[in-house]
Amino acid sequence: MLYLQVLLNGLALGGLYACIAAGFSLVWGVLNVINIMHGSLIVLGAYLAFFAHQVFGINPFLFAPVAGLVLFAIAYPLQKLVINPVMGRPVLITLTLTFGLNLFLDNLMLKFFQADFRKITFDPPLGVFNLGGLLVPVDRVMATATGLALVGALWLLLRNTQLGRAIIAVRMDSQAAALMGIDVTRTYALAFALGAFMAGAAGALLSGIFPISPVTSSVYLGKAFVICVLGGLGSIPGVLVGGFALGIIESFGTLVLGPELALTLAFLLLIALLMFRPSGLLGRRGFQ
Amino acid sequence: MSGRVVIGLLAAAAAALALGLAADNYVLRLATTVGMYAALTWSWNLIGGYAGYPSFATAAFFGLGAYAAGVLQTSGLPFGLAWPLAGLTVAVFAGLLGGAILHLRGHYFAIASLVVADVLREVTNVWTGVTGGGMGLSLPLLSLGGVNGQARFYFTAMLMMAALGLGISWLVERSRLGVALRCIEQNEDAAQVIGVDTRACKVAVFMLSGMLAGATGAVYASWVTYIDPTDVYDVLLSVKPIVMALIGGVGTLMGPLVGAVVFLGLEELFWRNVLEFHAGLLGLLVVALVLFLPGGLRDMGRYGLLRRLGRFLPWSRKIL
Repeated sequence: MLYLQVLLNGLALGGLYACIAAGFSLVWGVLNVINIMHGSLIVLGAYLAFFAHQVFGINPFLFAPVAGLVLFAIAYPLQKLVINPVMGRPVLITLTLTFGLNLFLDNLMLKFFQADFRKITFDPPLGVFNLGGLLVPVDRVMATATGLALVGALWLLLRNTQLGRAIIAVRMDSQAAALMGIDVTRTYALAFALGAFMAGAAGALLSGIFPISPVTSSVYLGKAFVICVLGGLGSIPGVLVGGFALGIIESFGTLVLGPELALTLAFLLLIALLMFRPSGLLGRRGFQ
Repeated sequence: MSGRVVIGLLAAAAAALALGLAADNYVLRLATTVGMYAALTWSWNLIGGYAGYPSFATAAFFGLGAYAAGVLQTSGLPFGLAWPLAGLTVAVFAGLLGGAILHLRGHYFAIASLVVADVLREVTNVWTGVTGGGMGLSLPLLSLGGVNGQARFYFTAMLMMAALGLGISWLVERSRLGVALRCIEQNEDAAQVIGVDTRACKVAVFMLSGMLAGATGAVYASWVTYIDPTDVYDVLLSVKPIVMALIGGVGTLMGPLVGAVVFLGLEELFWRNVLEFHAGLLGLLVVALVLFLPGGLRDMGRYGLLRRLGRFLPWSRKIL
C-alpha cells in the first residue's frame, strides 16, 4: 500500500514534469542550443500566474496558456535579436550566452519579486481525492492533467500544422529545409518562442502546487536536464517517458533517502545514463 | 616564449612584488582575487581551451579541493601538507570523473560536468559528520603575524597558484600532450585516426585541470577560514573562468591573466555601484561579450566595434 501510494505520488507529478521539459527539449532538439534560461522562464511564468491569482483571482491552472502566450511574446524577439546571431556556433558560446541571460533574468526577478517563497492559497482549499485509501491531492491532478493536455497540444501542433512540419524539417536538416522554401531563421525563432510558451505554462501550473521564488530556477532547469536525458532528446514521447520516470524516481528517492537527496539521486542517474546510454531510453543513437 | 610574453611576465612579476611590499589590505585582497581567478581560468583553459571541451566542472573541483583541505586541516594536518593533498585528491577525482564522462561530446559533456557540483554539494550537505553539513566548516587560523601578515601570506599563496597554472599551461603547450589536445580540439575523430590516444590525453588534461582548481580551492578555504557548501560549489565558479577565458582569449597562454584582471575590474565596478543588481549586470556583460567580442579583447583591434554592431543588428546594415 505504501509503495502504491509513493508510485501514485510520482505519477501525479509526471505530466507536470513533462510540461517542464517539453519546451527545453524542443529548443535543444531544433536549435541545438541548451537554454540555461529555461528555469528562469518557468519561474517567470509562475510569478505571472501568482499575480493573476492575487490580483484578479484567476485559477493558475486555467491561466497557464495565458502565461505561456506572454512568454511567447517575450521570447520571439529575444531569439531574433540575441540568440539568432550565435546559431550554429560552438556549444561553449551558446551555453555561455544563455547562462548570461539566465543570470540577468534571475537577478531581475530577485529585484522585483524578492527572494522569499510565495504560495498560492486556494479558497476554498482544493482538497484530496481518496481512491480507496490512496490519497491524491486535487491540485496535483489538475496540474498534471493540464500539463498533459498542453504537451498533447504541442504534439498535435508539431504533427499536423504547417509550422510544426517546418520545425521538424529544420530539426532534421536545416539546409534541406531552407532549399524547400522554409524560412529557417523564422522557424528557429518560433521554435524558441514555443519552448518559452511551454515554460511559462509549466510555471503557472507549478505555482498552483509549490511555493515559488526566483532562487528555485536552477532546480527546474536541473529537472529539465534529467527528463531530457532520461527520455531522449527532441521527441514528445521521450519527454512524457522522462517526465513520469523522474516523478517516480523522485518519489521513491524521497521515501528512501529523504527529500533533500531526491534530485541528487536523479542527477546521479543522469550521469550514469549518460555514461551508458547517452541517447536516453527512447532516443535515437548517433545524434550529438 | 615570445618576447612579448616575457615582457608581460616580467611586468606582472614586478607588479606583484610591488604589491606585496607596499599595498594596503584592500588592494592586496583584490590582487589575491586576481591570482585566484587567473589560476581557475588557467585550470579551465586546459580542458576548455586546448582540448575544446566545454567543461562546467570547475566549481566541483574548487569545492572538493576546499573541503578536502578543510577536513584534513581540522583533523590536524598542517596547511603545507593539506593543500597538496587536496590537489591530489581532486586530481584523482577528476581522473575518475573524466573516465566516466569524457567520451561525451558537446552539450552532453557540458550538462554532465555541470551537475557534478550539484551532486557534490548535496553530498557535502548530508555528510554532516565529516563536513559539518550546511553549517559549514571553520578552518584553524594560521598564526602569521596579524592581519597584514595574513594578507601578504595569502596573496603570495594565490600568486603561486597562478604561477603554477601558468607553468602547467606553458609545459602543456610545448609538449606532445599539447599538440594532441589541439588535434582533439580541431577534429577528434581525425586525431584518433592518426593515432592520438584521445581518451588518455583528455583524462590527463582533465586531471591537471582538476588538480589546479582543487589546490586553488584549498588555498581559498584557508584564506577565508570558513567554507560552506553553497559558497564553494557555487555554479558561478564554473561560469566566471569561462567568461574570463573568453575575455582574454580561449586557448591562449596569457589570455587567462588578461581575462582575470579585466574581469575583476568590471566585477569590482559592479559591486561598488549596483550591489543589488551586480549579478544581472554580469549576465548582460556575458551576453554582450559573446555577441560582440567572441574572440575576446583581441577582436577589438581586428574589427572596429561599430562594424561588429552593424553586422549584428539586421536593420542597421542598410544604414551603415
